[in-house]
Amino acid sequence: MTRSESVDVRKKVGAGADGAPAEDGDDLAVPVAHGRGVVRRFRSNRSAVVGVVLLLLIIVVTAAAPLIAPYGPAQVDISDRLSGPTPGHWLGTDTLGRDTLSRLMYGGRVSLAAGGLAVLIATVIGLPLGLVSGYFGGVVDWFLDRAADVLMSFPAIVLTIAIIAAVGPGLTTAMVSLGIVYAPRMFRVVRGSTLEVRREVYIEASTSIGSPSLLILRKRVLPNIMPAALVQLSFLLASALLAEVTISLLGLGALPPTASWGSMLGQAFQEMRSQPWLAVYPGIAIAIATLCFNLVGDGLRDAFGREQRKA
Amino acid sequence: MLRLLCVRLLAMVPLLVIVSFLIYSLIALVPGGPEVALAGSNPTPERIAQIRAELGLDDPFLVQYWHWLTDVLHGDLGTSFVDHQSVWSAVVAGFPVTLSLVGLTLLIAAVVGLALGLAAGLRPGSWLDRLSTVTASAFMALPYFWVGMMLVLVFAIEMRALPAVGYVPFSDGPVEWLQHLILPAVSLATVPTAVVARQTRAAVTSVMQEDYIRTAKAKGLRPRRVAVKHVMKNAAVPVVTAFGVEANRLIGATVVIEQLFALPGVGKLAYFSVFSRDFPMVQGILLITAVLIMLVNLAVDLSYGYFNPKVRMS
Repeated sequence: MTRSESVDVRKKVGAGADGAPAEDGDDLAVPVAHGRGVVRRFRSNRSAVVGVVLLLLIIVVTAAAPLIAPYGPAQVDISDRLSGPTPGHWLGTDTLGRDTLSRLMYGGRVSLAAGGLAVLIATVIGLPLGLVSGYFGGVVDWFLDRAADVLMSFPAIVLTIAIIAAVGPGLTTAMVSLGIVYAPRMFRVVRGSTLEVRREVYIEASTSIGSPSLLILRKRVLPNIMPAALVQLSFLLASALLAEVTISLLGLGALPPTASWGSMLGQAFQEMRSQPWLAVYPGIAIAIATLCFNLVGDGLRDAFGREQRKA
Repeated sequence: MLRLLCVRLLAMVPLLVIVSFLIYSLIALVPGGPEVALAGSNPTPERIAQIRAELGLDDPFLVQYWHWLTDVLHGDLGTSFVDHQSVWSAVVAGFPVTLSLVGLTLLIAAVVGLALGLAAGLRPGSWLDRLSTVTASAFMALPYFWVGMMLVLVFAIEMRALPAVGYVPFSDGPVEWLQHLILPAVSLATVPTAVVARQTRAAVTSVMQEDYIRTAKAKGLRPRRVAVKHVMKNAAVPVVTAFGVEANRLIGATVVIEQLFALPGVGKLAYFSVFSRDFPMVQGILLITAVLIMLVNLAVDLSYGYFNPKVRMS
């Protein structure tokens, strides 16, 4: 796979995440498992739409944190520490008198971006390899499949923190490790889906008129495995967010004074006896974001699934 | 069956060799080498050289791996960098705690998840079905460690009904054992419960549409008997699969939960070893975890044959 192709893949993933997959300008009438019907079905799924709207809201609010947050994420005010909700601090302050609402906004940026980075790495590795492995089969497939077996015989969190033990703590290290650990999960889904698509008549047709393999992979196979990949992508985003929170909670990811939902939760646990609310807010934020990713994933799966059954 | 078991166990060997190589290779990722991590701040070159010689780091990498592997095969997982305790005995000491925790978690997940899934699946569309579906979605989304914190807040800090931290062995008092484990187990059980409930619901609704269920009903079997006799056994496969997948995730989750609840299990040991960069301990725990997960997957695969004789043939 060349670099330009993996960039192409990412663009498609991005375009598809809001339920409007990019169409290939195609001259042959080849069945493609997504299109207008999918968008319509996705739209009629109320919980999936709620998921998308809430996610967009969370992304906008966290991305615009420097503009709308009332305080800086590390702005300390010792005279006003561990306060409950006040007009000045809607959600109160932490041990160092830092504003909880502002830290939630900035922390969401860190947590969501970190989870996104991990899933991006997993996709950039897993998707092309899954395509190649499923389409060409043979020794390469056997080897890659065993490699996936090996990586999947560890719990994701345990393997990630073991890599951190070797390389050293830090959010970027943690997310690159997590991306590698998650790559087999994308690989397996893409490979399985490619194996199915490869048996279709239109692939045989393309092969018989002598289309080069790379062209078939990009124009015929890729669009048809996108549904499976997109569904997996949204579930992986939910897992990756939770993993970032876990790793930062353990003090191996986002290091102080950086706010992330995980590091906030870790600090809040220390203060649970004096200010229990501190632990409540990040948890709710994480739960809502996770729920949204899951709702979108379920919605995509249902929207794609019915069409595939009909075809 | 025995033949199948032997074949599958043998098939694990090459995988284990690669897994063990990967685990040992982690050391190669350490910037500057493990001796730098071990020697503390501002070590003299002599000290570094001494540690390298002690650890056999001057040998070629493959030779080092071979030494480690032969030791492991002789039952010697090495000694801790930190307290020079044997890795094997440290893991063995923590194992009953983690096993108790995971066992209790799976028990809760099985009982609650099956009940929710069965109630929902036998009457799709009912209020019970909707309630169970919503509960499962919420359980999937709630971070388990946050559930743990909230449980501590309510039951340990506010109500003072249960201990927030610590562990009592089963042999020292089953009641205290349960009291110390119930909060961590409930928080770990949220996701597996939701997964089991979902899988059970899906399996039950599809089994209920089979011809043999219609036959069983037509010959006058009472609904409860149909549910237990026919539905449960056929719906077991996806549930067992869910258990296999969840066991993997649960082992990872124990690292966090044992830390939060100060349970002296393997998860806490793993966390401490990562933090103190105790590589022999990290490697030993990784290897044991990988073997355990492979065995769980094997048990799940073999159980398919028990639940579905059609699989046994092939």
